[in-house]
Amino acid sequence: MSPEQDDRRFGGPLHDPPLSPDEKIDVEALLEGLEHYRPRRRGWTWRRRVPRQRLHEFEYHETSEPLARGVPLPAARYFEGIDPQPDCVITTEIASGRPEDDVRRMRMAAWHGADHIMVIRTAGQSHMDGLIEGTPEGVGGTAVTRKQGRFTRRALDLIEDEVGRPIDFHSYVSGVAGPEIAVMFAEEGVNGAHQDPQYNVLYRNINMYRSFVDAAEAKRVMAHVGMLQIDGAHNANATAVRAWKVMPELLVQHAINCAYSEAVGMPRDLIALSTVPPDAPPAPCVRMDLPYAIALRDLFGGFRMRAQQNTRYMESDMREATVSHVLNMLISRLTSADIQSTITPDEGRNVPWHYNNVAAVDTAKQALVGMDGLREMVRVDRDSPELAARVRELKERAVLFLEAMLRDGGYFAAVEQAYFVDSGEYPETNDDGIVRTSDGGVAAGTIVRRADDYLAPVCAHFGENHLELLGLVDGHKPCDAIGGCTLCDDAKVPYVDELDPEDNAAVRLSATRELRQRGLLTPEVEWTGDGIVVVTMFLPASEPVAKAAALELGRVMNLQGCEGIHSRVMHPAEGTLIELKGRLDAVVDPAVLTVPVQVEALSDDEIRAFVRERRVRAIAATVGEDEHSVGMREIIDIKHGGLEKWGFSVTYLGTSVPVDKVLDAAIEHAADVVLISTIITHADVHRENMRKLADLAVEKGVRDRLLLIAGGTQVTDAMARACGLDAGFGRGTHGHEVASFIVRALQEREPSG
Amino acid sequence: MVRPDTYREVRAHLAGLSDEQLEARFWELAREVVRPLIELARTHTSPSIERSVLMRMGVDSVTTKAVVAECVSRGLLAHGAGHVVLVCMREWGCDAPEAARRLAAGEGWEVPEAKWGNGR
Repeated sequence: MSPEQDDRRFGGPLHDPPLSPDEKIDVEALLEGLEHYRPRRRGWTWRRRVPRQRLHEFEYHETSEPLARGVPLPAARYFEGIDPQPDCVITTEIASGRPEDDVRRMRMAAWHGADHIMVIRTAGQSHMDGLIEGTPEGVGGTAVTRKQGRFTRRALDLIEDEVGRPIDFHSYVSGVAGPEIAVMFAEEGVNGAHQDPQYNVLYRNINMYRSFVDAAEAKRVMAHVGMLQIDGAHNANATAVRAWKVMPELLVQHAINCAYSEAVGMPRDLIALSTVPPDAPPAPCVRMDLPYAIALRDLFGGFRMRAQQNTRYMESDMREATVSHVLNMLISRLTSADIQSTITPDEGRNVPWHYNNVAAVDTAKQALVGMDGLREMVRVDRDSPELAARVRELKERAVLFLEAMLRDGGYFAAVEQAYFVDSGEYPETNDDGIVRTSDGGVAAGTIVRRADDYLAPVCAHFGENHLELLGLVDGHKPCDAIGGCTLCDDAKVPYVDELDPEDNAAVRLSATRELRQRGLLTPEVEWTGDGIVVVTMFLPASEPVAKAAALELGRVMNLQGCEGIHSRVMHPAEGTLIELKGRLDAVVDPAVLTVPVQVEALSDDEIRAFVRERRVRAIAATVGEDEHSVGMREIIDIKHGGLEKWGFSVTYLGTSVPVDKVLDAAIEHAADVVLISTIITHADVHRENMRKLADLAVEKGVRDRLLLIAGGTQVTDAMARACGLDAGFGRGTHGHEVASFIVRALQEREPSG
Repeated sequence: MVRPDTYREVRAHLAGLSDEQLEARFWELAREVVRPLIELARTHTSPSIERSVLMRMGVDSVTTKAVVAECVSRGLLAHGAGHVVLVCMREWGCDAPEAARRLAAGEGWEVPEAKWGNGR
């Protein structure tokens, strides 16, 4: 973490020992001593863009600083393991209901490239008139509290140090306790939040007057600490029956929240529009959504764009959800995005699981990096008649919407008249919008007109405030009257621990303590020890029959609580794909397992020095009836980072070479190493070839002076050794590992001293 | 109300605007829509706003709830819950969390009552 990100004005953090990439995060330790933890910075952080960044043999035009540690995309092994990070912030939403499990998932997501962690709140929190405290278990989200925020921020400090990039922590400043949540977030170093009074009104049925009065105070507090705000307009896409019809209204909703926020004093670059391409295939979605994306960016220059993923049409098919997500990102790359959000591809079937957060983050990283610099070659044709007309039309429809609202009595009157989330494209209406009354909703009748001596002796307060009553000298802050507020003096921030002795993280953790302490393993998707596994099966039957059969097969597999989570007809009669989840009540103790030891690779210099001194020679061939040479080329060619890179002299004999010819060549060239590549066959020819190589070497009296190595996609080290060879290398092997093995083995053979 | 798409008929007054003029009109209207909303917020307060003021004065959430609820029932919210606590802390010579703690325990309400009367 660089010094400027460590804002000492707000008190230093506890000095937790850094995370070790080989060890799990110690959630129990991080829950201790939270009364002393203070966040090290406030406000939002963007990625640092690196123009014309060079990685491997490539130049990137839309990437940011690389991670110190992370997990690259699978294909990165062909490109020296590079892991380019797109220029925009990538969001993942993590809220399992248990903060102690959330932080483990946050760490995994951060390693894959997420740097904006959004915690969805537990069901019902927006209707609670006040803060909740402690770590009660959430439903459909996590209870967002001071302790949860502090614990999470503390873990994220460690995680951001581990990956070497700041991580923005985000949740919701909405509901009936908006101003309080805003203050708590400001105090606890939460970096961003959703805040949009329209969301309260339309989707949470919170009284409209209360929502707007509270929002002004909340926004002022957020602006005071540089928190990024995201609005709530995207919910209209997710709610409207025909999402493609709400585009004019979306522009209006964004404008109301933006204008309101600016009037309260929030700077434009802290205001992000949550924008979703409204459509998905089989609609011709890119052609429908691109004009909208352009109209939005035309109208909202200077504001930030948070490109959210479409969820309106998400079903249980993760492949389908992923393709829609990628099409959304095509629009992001053709227009612009400051934040690229992700929704897990399993959201259409269950609350998100660990690895699906990672899947969505990988999808975003992969798609955005793949489309790096696309706009320089493929530009949107603003003169296309269809596009130009549609962009103009959307703007005009939005203006007509605003004109009508004002004519009909303003915002509150418009909500009473069901203006919003109507399925007609304005001025068309279908009378199916959401209706709220000004005197109705949660917390109706709770706002109070400020008296002539109204006073709030604190900073970041909005509206009438008779500070003259305090008799402060010019240049003093309002809170000087009370000796400083929590926003100015961090030491004044109070801490509230658990209020419920049963429903809290410590009690939950004690139930799984044995798993952690003894290192026992059981599968999980969401919570420690939940035991959930998924079985994918194709059944040659119609969908209803296949579904019933899958449940029965799950029971035979001894899975508890089986449930079909996805099915897809391959053909009405020929068969159905089923994904079945169930709980496996089984635990494995890693102490009883034989785990192959991973040998650490030697450094380039060590290998090069040894190879040069010893003039190591190798003979390589693809044996048997096999015309594949790709895998072997990867291992030996200098351009793939193969053995030649370190100075090995390698003679490649080609494909389909008989084993005895390989050995003859090795003798002729006085080689030290023989490398054979073989594919796996049903007839076990690969084992025969390996055995034959070992046996022939013994027969010809050269076994002792040759290292015999086999490779291939399904070769394992154990298999090769069982066949009498020195080593085997399987899928995913790099030249470096083979080189390290050869050098180590030859060093061991050398007479010592 | 169900209304067919009358876009073609009602857009006539916008047709002559340049894109820049149309965008300017969009923002002018949006600001006009929010003006009364901002005015409402400027002149009103709510229990959550007042609790958030007390939080900034260093008071914990449980105590803010009790103090603000009492301010509501005594008709004191319009003066500001922070104002009520400020008056008490000055009277008692203590800090805000201590004054709020006493008020939450039901003590000392005669101090704000002496200033503003009892609105109950």
